[in-house]
Amino acid sequence: MAAVRTSTEVTLNRVAIAAVIVITLIFLAPIYWIVSTSFKPRNLATTVPPTVVFQPEVSPYVKLFTKRSQLRAPPSPEDYAAAPWWERIVFDGGEKVNRDGKGQVQFSAYPDRFMNSLIVAITSTVLAVGMGTFTAYGFSRFKMKGEGDLLFFILSTRMLPPVVVAIPMFLMYRVVGLNDTHWGLIILYTAFNLSFSVWLMKGFIDEIPKEYEEAALVDGYTRMQAFFKVVLPEAATGIAATAVFCFITAWNEYAFALIMTNRRAQTAPPFIPSQVGSGLPDWTVIAAGTVLFLLPVAIFTFLLRNHLLRGMSFGAIRK
Amino acid sequence: MATAVMTTLDPKSRAAARGMSDLAIRNLFIVPTILFLIVFNIFPLIYSLGYSFTDFRASTNAPANFVGLQNYRELLNDPYIWSNFSITAKYVIVSVVGQVLVGFGTAMLLNRDIPMKGLITTLLLLPMMLSMAVVGLFWKLLYDPSFGIINYALGLGTFEWLANPDMALYAVALTDIWMWSPFVMLLSLAGLSAVPKHLYEAAAIDRAGPFYTFFRITLPLVAPILMIAIIFRTMEAFKTFDLAYILTSQPTTEVISIRLYKMAFQEWQTGRSCALAYIVLIMVLAITNIYVKYLNKVKER
Repeated sequence: MAAVRTSTEVTLNRVAIAAVIVITLIFLAPIYWIVSTSFKPRNLATTVPPTVVFQPEVSPYVKLFTKRSQLRAPPSPEDYAAAPWWERIVFDGGEKVNRDGKGQVQFSAYPDRFMNSLIVAITSTVLAVGMGTFTAYGFSRFKMKGEGDLLFFILSTRMLPPVVVAIPMFLMYRVVGLNDTHWGLIILYTAFNLSFSVWLMKGFIDEIPKEYEEAALVDGYTRMQAFFKVVLPEAATGIAATAVFCFITAWNEYAFALIMTNRRAQTAPPFIPSQVGSGLPDWTVIAAGTVLFLLPVAIFTFLLRNHLLRGMSFGAIRK
Repeated sequence: MATAVMTTLDPKSRAAARGMSDLAIRNLFIVPTILFLIVFNIFPLIYSLGYSFTDFRASTNAPANFVGLQNYRELLNDPYIWSNFSITAKYVIVSVVGQVLVGFGTAMLLNRDIPMKGLITTLLLLPMMLSMAVVGLFWKLLYDPSFGIINYALGLGTFEWLANPDMALYAVALTDIWMWSPFVMLLSLAGLSAVPKHLYEAAAIDRAGPFYTFFRITLPLVAPILMIAIIFRTMEAFKTFDLAYILTSQPTTEVISIRLYKMAFQEWQTGRSCALAYIVLIMVLAITNIYVKYLNKVKER
């Protein structure tokens, strides 16, 4: 009897492993497809049926960063020979890299939008995590009347649909001139992430034994010194995890960026889809832009893997 | 000994007196955040509450006229708005049910001895960390009827996903299921691994069948965490904007956030959109309230 049970168990386990592998492959297939498209020559990106096996090339990444125009005639052999390798692969695709009057390469809008995303996401993360850590310590260590209500109030501001908040913010920003500026987005993202960072950091600080600070206070530290010299170093992992979460949220945000920015301060999420507007889009270039944009998040997800559960449940579930 | 420590912590004690008082520090730490949130979250909402009683249009310089409850009355009697709400409800149900089935199912499979479990879990979690806008964009490529990989892989010929009004909403929900099933999986896995092993051993001794074990042991014990996942996903699906907005422009996928966006920033019916925003806000606050209650319940366990 027991032997039968174990052998069915073994079979069941094998079936489960096979199923898990299949599910994982299905889940990763879309990501694989976008990565592979970003290495295709343009004429292979939209073939019927789709091209799975091909000779990978980096030309989409060169095109992503440069302004280009269609070649009417093949380049002269001298031009081709004088061009660096990255310009040649653009020639090979029937296009040429645009240069200004001084022969300088003209860049596309992508690097600017990418920089905007970096500026806005990093600044708002520093602000949200900084303020959030102080506030979380306040809530964690001091008793307060109506503490639960305040924490609910803090959380509920994050739960609103972005468009609901965006309408009045748009009108107010128009009055004070913050539309299409970095600071306009930074303020919005800080407000958005602040509630999250308070909730998550409170969980991390609750776990640091009070006795550590009490010992420091007995040794003659002030409360402030105890916070900076005892609590902050203990909370370092929590701060890092919270920061990564805030960064990813700000980095990925779309609705506010779509409404509040259009050119100067536009971030990558509204910019990348806008390239598919009219005509025949070059999917290889769009895929290249997408892959570069997703790369930081993929790396962070890997670094954050042990804290994902906690962050995603607003600190309710700890491992 | 403990009492001695407590006395030194007394606010009037020497140690505390040298620095700032605890009360001052508490206020210094908490008040700026509360003020910031009031200025940038609450004040705008009061501002838009005011506009919701007017016929203001941000595209013109005409002053706003007070119209009382007219916006609310018209919105609640507008059959198009109700159809936007029912599209949203349909979307929420399809995508949340899909996520729970796929997510919980995968968690059940993963909750055993699987080689490289950590790596597999991390890989599965990748989709939900990505930008919804960008995910929407590349699923457009995957869904393409002629050169899309989905039709090719499933042998569907030139099946229309996004251009077909009856299919488009399901296509958006399917993308959402791909992105967020891992979230349900992550939470379910935490719940499953917390079920005490001895319960299963006891059930095995009693010769309990797999169905009995699942419905009487596994499900009740995982339910609170699964509930958190469901409420959270419901809330997010109700708010959905990015995916549907980027994937299609079908009227059949016009969820309430998209209607609100168009009303406010394309038709410039600012006053009216503020009223609609308030209707949505009240609904979201109701769901949030339930959510937070559950969060606290699980926290206390």
